[in-house]
Order: sequence, then structure tokens, then C-alpha cells
Amino acid sequence: MVKINGEPLDMAGKTLAEYLASTKYDPMRIAVECNGEIVPKAKYGETVLQEGDVIEVVNFVGGG
Amino acid sequence: MRCIPSKEDMQRELEARHGKDLQQKFTNSTVAICGLGGLGSNIAVSLARAGIGKLILVDFDKVDISNLHRQQYKADQIGRFKTEALAENLREIAPYIKVETHAVAVTEENLEELLSEADLICEAFDRAEAKAMLVNGVLEKLHTKYLIAASGMAGLGSANSIQTRRITNRFYLCGDGISDVADNIGLVAPRVMLCAAHQAHMVLRILSGNFEP
Repeated sequence: MVKINGEPLDMAGKTLAEYLASTKYDPMRIAVECNGEIVPKAKYGETVLQEGDVIEVVNFVGGG
Repeated sequence: MRCIPSKEDMQRELEARHGKDLQQKFTNSTVAICGLGGLGSNIAVSLARAGIGKLILVDFDKVDISNLHRQQYKADQIGRFKTEALAENLREIAPYIKVETHAVAVTEENLEELLSEADLICEAFDRAEAKAMLVNGVLEKLHTKYLIAASGMAGLGSANSIQTRRITNRFYLCGDGISDVADNIGLVAPRVMLCAAHQAHMVLRILSGNFEP
């Protein structure tokens, strides 16, 4: 299991890019943290989610 | 110009309130503010009042009549660069603050050059894409900085839903995370100021050695 935004999901073995493609997140409006570190955008395709990873997708909304 | 206090008098008053050691940390620090709208202009006023030594202000935009309901500008400043108008307003509050201004758009290409001198960086943009660009860029390229960003402060939702969260060791996020201005709920001064206050307050907490939100 991979914990993504607090929810355990059966995503181990998939890449971060594959996970994101299965969601409604707009890739231009997010930052992704994995086990306490930011994942560079260029590495979403090669980042394979591991059993026990804790991920947070920060989804930005407009206004300021 | 009317008589204003001397630099020494103002410094002494800040030290009396914050303690000499803490005020020294504030005075010796440089904070960059990216975006000078409702968030950035209010963050800047708070930090200038607290005696932060130097602010780097970045915004390409000019003051517009539609800004006056929530941003720290005056009606007679419409049409001027926000960098220039805000620097002027800050110097009326804190005459001895150092202010560096850049009337440019922040991009992935120029962010290192614009922000390398800052100890802490506040993300205070309006558009979600710009927020994400800055956050990803700073966290990928400027590893030693603290970044305090904001997302979700539009509308008339509860003041109590605005929070500060620590996402990584050096990345904090303020706001309710969901109230999007694109949902036509507008922005009102107090709720934007609340979020700006969260950001400015986190800056002061980090400088004082308190890293939890």
C-alpha cells in the first residue's frame, strides 16, 4: 500500500506519473512530496511508488 | 517631510518588544515576497513592522482600481508599479528597512537569480499555475531556503479554516487548501489578510527557531 493524501491506495509498482494520470489533478497546479522530499516534476515518470511510501499531492487553487 | 524617529530609536523600541537577540535575527534577515497582491502586500507590511532587515519585492504588475479592496495600496497609486508603490508605503511605516524591487515576472529561468539572496521566500501569487511553478522551482533549485506558500483563501468561509501546515522540512503551506477564486467567490480583505498573517507569522517563527506551524 502507498499512502496518498492520507488514503492507503494499491499503487505500489506504478509510477507517480501513472498515478497522477488516473486522477483529476492538473499537473500544472501541483507539487508532490514523497517521504518528506519534493519530487522534481521531470522525475514523475521515473519515480516508482514503493510499498509504504507516504505521498502528498499539494493541489494549488487560485487567489492571493 | 514630518519629523520621524531616528534609526536608533526605532531599533531600541523593536528590541524592547522582541528582545535584543530575536530582534537581531529579524534585522539580519532577508525575506523575498513573490507577488504583491492581497497576500504579498500584507505580508510585507507585517514583516516591515516587525523589523525584518531587508525585503526583496517581486511583481510585474501595476496597481489597479480592482486591487484597493484588499491590497496595501492607496487610490492615488493606481497605475504605478506595485514594487515601487509598496516600497514607498513600507518606508512610511519602517523608514530604515532595506527594500530591493524587481518589476518582472518570476519564471523557472530567473527564480534562482532573483531569490538567491533571501533566507526565506513567501509565495504570494494569485494564479494556481504560478504558485505551483514557484514552489516546485524553489524546492528543486534553492535547497537551503525556507518557503512559505499559500493556497485557498477566497470567499467568506470561516476565518478559522485558514491554517499553516508543514509539508516538508522547508516548505510550509497556509490557507484552507480549497477555496478557489475561480469559483466566483471573490476575495475579501480580512480572509486574505488572515492567510498573509499566517505566512508572515511563520516567517517570524522560523527566524525565532520555532519550526512547527
